[in-house]
Formats: sequence, C-alpha cells, structure tokens
Amino acid sequence: MLGGAVVSAATLAEAAVPAGPPRARSRREFGEWLTFAAFVAPNLLLLTVFSYWPLLQNLALSFTDWDMISPVKRFVGLDNWVTVVTSSRFWQIALNTATFTVGSVGCTLVLGLLLALLLNQQLRFRNAARTVLFTPTVLSGAAVAIVWYFIFDPNWGMLKTALGWVGIPSPRWVVDVHWAMPAVIIVYVWKTVGYAAVIFLAGLQAIPRELYEAARVDGANAWDRFRWVTIPGLAPITFFLMVTTILLSFQAFDIINVMTAGGPVIATTTLLYEYYNQAFVAFHAGNAAVYAVMLFALMLILTVVQLRYVERRVTYG
Amino acid sequence: MRVAQPLRTDVLPSALRWQRPNQLNGWRLLGYVTMAIAVVLVGLPMYWMLIAAFKTNQEIFTSPPTWIPLAPTLENFPAAWKQAPFGNFYVNSLLYTLVSGSAKILQAVFSAYAFAFLSFPRKNLVFVLLLMALMIPDEFTVLPNFLTLALVGWTNTYQGLLLPGFVSAFGTFLLRQHFLSLPREVLDAARVDGAGHLRTLFNVVLPMSRPVLATLVLLTAVSRWNDYLWPLIITNSTEMRTLSVGIALLFQKESGTVWGLVMAGTLYVVLPVLVLFLIVQRHIVEGIAAGAVKG
Repeated sequence: MLGGAVVSAATLAEAAVPAGPPRARSRREFGEWLTFAAFVAPNLLLLTVFSYWPLLQNLALSFTDWDMISPVKRFVGLDNWVTVVTSSRFWQIALNTATFTVGSVGCTLVLGLLLALLLNQQLRFRNAARTVLFTPTVLSGAAVAIVWYFIFDPNWGMLKTALGWVGIPSPRWVVDVHWAMPAVIIVYVWKTVGYAAVIFLAGLQAIPRELYEAARVDGANAWDRFRWVTIPGLAPITFFLMVTTILLSFQAFDIINVMTAGGPVIATTTLLYEYYNQAFVAFHAGNAAVYAVMLFALMLILTVVQLRYVERRVTYG
Repeated sequence: MRVAQPLRTDVLPSALRWQRPNQLNGWRLLGYVTMAIAVVLVGLPMYWMLIAAFKTNQEIFTSPPTWIPLAPTLENFPAAWKQAPFGNFYVNSLLYTLVSGSAKILQAVFSAYAFAFLSFPRKNLVFVLLLMALMIPDEFTVLPNFLTLALVGWTNTYQGLLLPGFVSAFGTFLLRQHFLSLPREVLDAARVDGAGHLRTLFNVVLPMSRPVLATLVLLTAVSRWNDYLWPLIITNSTEMRTLSVGIALLFQKESGTVWGLVMAGTLYVVLPVLVLFLIVQRHIVEGIAAGAVKG
C-alpha cells in the first residue's frame, strides 16, 4: 500500500511542481525561508548566547585580571598566560591530565576490545553479560564516585579485603599522593569500559563474514584471521573510539570532584578541574579562562584531526 | 556461502571443527570463565552499593566486611531522606531532565527538519555554524554562562538552572542525518495532499523516525539526570540542588560516619536510571552502537 502511494505521489509531485507560475513559486520559496527561520532561530539564538559567546568571552577574560566580584575588569594583556605557563603548578596539571588521559583511554580501549572479542563468541548469557558491563555507563558519576570511595576505604573497604586475600596490603588510595590518580583512573575505566566494549562489538559485527571465510579457505589460522582481518577491520572504529574517549576524558569532572576534589594537594587536578578551581574556588576569572582556552584548543585540534582522518576513510589494507 | 562449505572441508578439515557451535571445549570454557570474571568485577561495586544500604552502621564497620547483610535493615532509607531534602532534589532533577530535555529534543526536531527539508539561502553555511557548536562542550562554557546569568540575576533560580540546557547541536545533527535518509517520495506525497510543514513533521517524518528518536530521548534523559557540573555551579541553596549534586554534598558532610545512610542516598540517585535502563537497555545499547558504526 505504501509502495503504491509512493509511486503515485512521486509522479504527482513531479507533475505538480513545474506547473505553478514563476511568481507563485518564488512566493512559496520565501514562505519556506520564513518557516526555516522560525524552526531554526530559537536554537541558533540560544547557541549564540550559551555556546559561541562563551567562546569569545573565555578568550577575552583570559586577558583580564578580575576577581568575579568587583565591577572593573583590568586588561592585563598576556600576563595571565605568562603567569600560568611559567608556574610549576601548570606543568604538574598538564602532566596529571596526560596521565589521566593516557591511563584511562589506554585501559578502556584494551579492556573494551578484549570484552568485545569475548562477547562476540557464541556464548550463552552473553546478552545478559553485555547489560551488566554497560550498566556503569548510565549511572550518575557523583553517585558512582561515592560508592568507590567506600570501596577504596583503607580500613573498612571491600578492596582492602580483596587485596588481603592475595597478601597485598591496601594502599591508602584517595588520600595518598601516588595512589589517588590510579584510584580515579580505575573508577573512570570501570564506568566507560562497557561503552567501549559495545562500540567494538558493533565494529566486529560489521566486518563482513565473507572475509573470514575467504581467509580460512586460504589456510589462515585463528591468529592470522585476527591479525589480517579483525585488526584492519576494526581500524576505523578504533580511531573513532580513541578520539571520542580522549575528548570525554578531558571532560571528566564529577568523579574527580567527589572522590578527591583534585587532591591530595593537586595530585588529581586536570586542566578542566583547574578551570573550575580557578573560577569557582579561587575566583580568578582570568586564570580560569586561560585554562578554558587551552582546553578548547586541544579539543579542537583533536576534532579536526578526526574529521580529516574520517575523510580519508580507513579501508581493508 | 554455507552451501559451498562441505566441498571444501576435505581440503581443510580444521574449518569444519571451527564451525561447530555448541561444543564445550577448552576455549569455550575459558570464554565462560573470563565472562564470569568480567561480570563479577564490573558488577561487584554495584552489588556493594546495594547491600551496604541495607546494613546497620555497626555491621559496616566490621572487618572483614560481610558479603550478605547479616541483619538486613530498612532504616537507612528514611534516615537518608531526613538528612537532606531528597524530595526537593527529586523535583529539581525531574525538572532538569524533563523540561530541559524536552526543550532540547523539540529544538533538535525542528532544526533537523529545517536543515533536512527546507530551503534557505546559504543553508550549508548555517549548518556549519551549528556543527561548530558540537565542538564546544558544556564544561567549557560554565564560567561565561554563569557570568551571563549572574548578570540578569538568574543564579540559584530555575530559569538559570534550566535555560542553557535548551540548546541542541548533537540531537539536531543526529536527526538531520536520519531525516535525509527517509524516502523523499513519502514527504512529497504529504505535500501534495496539502499537509503543511508542521503536519508533515509530526504525522509523517516523526512516525518514520521512532527508533532514532527513542535513542535520542533516552540518551538525553540519562545524561540530563546525571549531569553534575552546571547544577553544582548555578545553584547554591540546598533546596535548589539536583540529586547528583545533593548526594555529593550529603557525602561530604557525612562520609566516614554513616555509610549505610550515604549508600541509601546514592540508591535514591541511581535507582530511577537503573530501572529505566534495564527496561529499555536494548534501545540505548544498540542505538549507541549503530551511531558509531555508521559514523
């Protein structure tokens, strides 16, 4: 029924459109422009106020000295930039961000791929397992951080008991300068690994079966098939996932805020966290804006790299 | 494909062995064991949250910890409810999710329809402008947005809390991609039948977009419910907090003293999303996967 309607409508539409006199057509076109404007304007207006304007405002604020209370913003040129970049605090924070991103993205991708390979086997209960593995992704980061704080508790926590079984004394986790970052990374990986697994699984299932069969006919063993069919087949999705999870790791806030508040000292302070610190704890809008602009530049570069890479398209080599 | 296989098996006997589906060999056993370990490792923290909420405070501070509550109690739940205005938190989280979420999705629907089907001078340029917004994450805009809203006196108000969530860049992009894949003929048919744009949108385009709409609605709802940074910054009185922020503040006040109560509070936060997720998880999981594969 739908098919019939489609055919007749198509013919009708083809017949109908050129029939109108040019003047009526241009009036209709103008009407369509108005509809377009009405449909898009609220969104663009709000995006201008809440997305584009902040972009410029961050940039402008980074050249001012302002405590967010006094009515005057003093223009100081590049002072904030120089102060931030020459402080050892900044380099520690940059290192923290790199550690967090490399650690969390690396673990998420490796574990996610292994889980996806596992879930791609003909095993019973694999859908139930997929559900459990994905669940942490949808839970509130703040709530999750609280639960993990409890698990990491060096006196009463579950992890202390579990480590005790294998004879390892529990570190003091979130209050220890050396262990706070690993603790935050563990929680973050726990929360995102299911997402990576689900995407990798979709990528695995998108690889044409014929390729495996052809490889088998050519005498390829399991390892060869993995090396020469699965890995190249997963390349595009791996790249997509890597960029997405790197971008997401730059935006990690709730877990850090609740578990460590960037501490102890500044052991878990990342670029985004320092942006929040400078703005809403230290009330130094200028320094905060410097961090915001740096973070944005970093993310922009990554996005552009991604777009260019997607254009070239990865194919079976 | 399968038909050809028996002919090949005498050449490559290993191919036949590999195919057999339900045979329990060493590899398969290893698969089950690994799967069980993965499920336990990921599931345990959630289990721990659940049982801790039913433990007495005395039982929580025993070493080694108990894996099943010895004396299950419900008293943590009313105690947590009394420690913080969870009623307010729920109302605020619901508003944050439903009002901002609906506005966001409506914006996406209208904008996507316009970009997919309506003509406008330099339309592609306008679309690129919108795409740029995709690269500006919410976290990046919190300071300027806070300042903008402080300027009009909207900090710690519902307007201030909700309004920045009304924008839609990701949803617009997602829906436009889908709308463009719809058969043009059906739309033209509606036009010929005299349907205006609103009717075409709601009676023709949206009913043909149910799966992608479902994914967008669920993803939006979950991310709104869990959102943390903006509600933390724009609100400052306890009554205005959302659940995620409220529970973090309760935790900072009570941690190390009454864990059972705090765990009951975290259950208040995650339970609605958990229930929703278990009901509709296929839509969420498969929607996310499909989006990634299609790019």
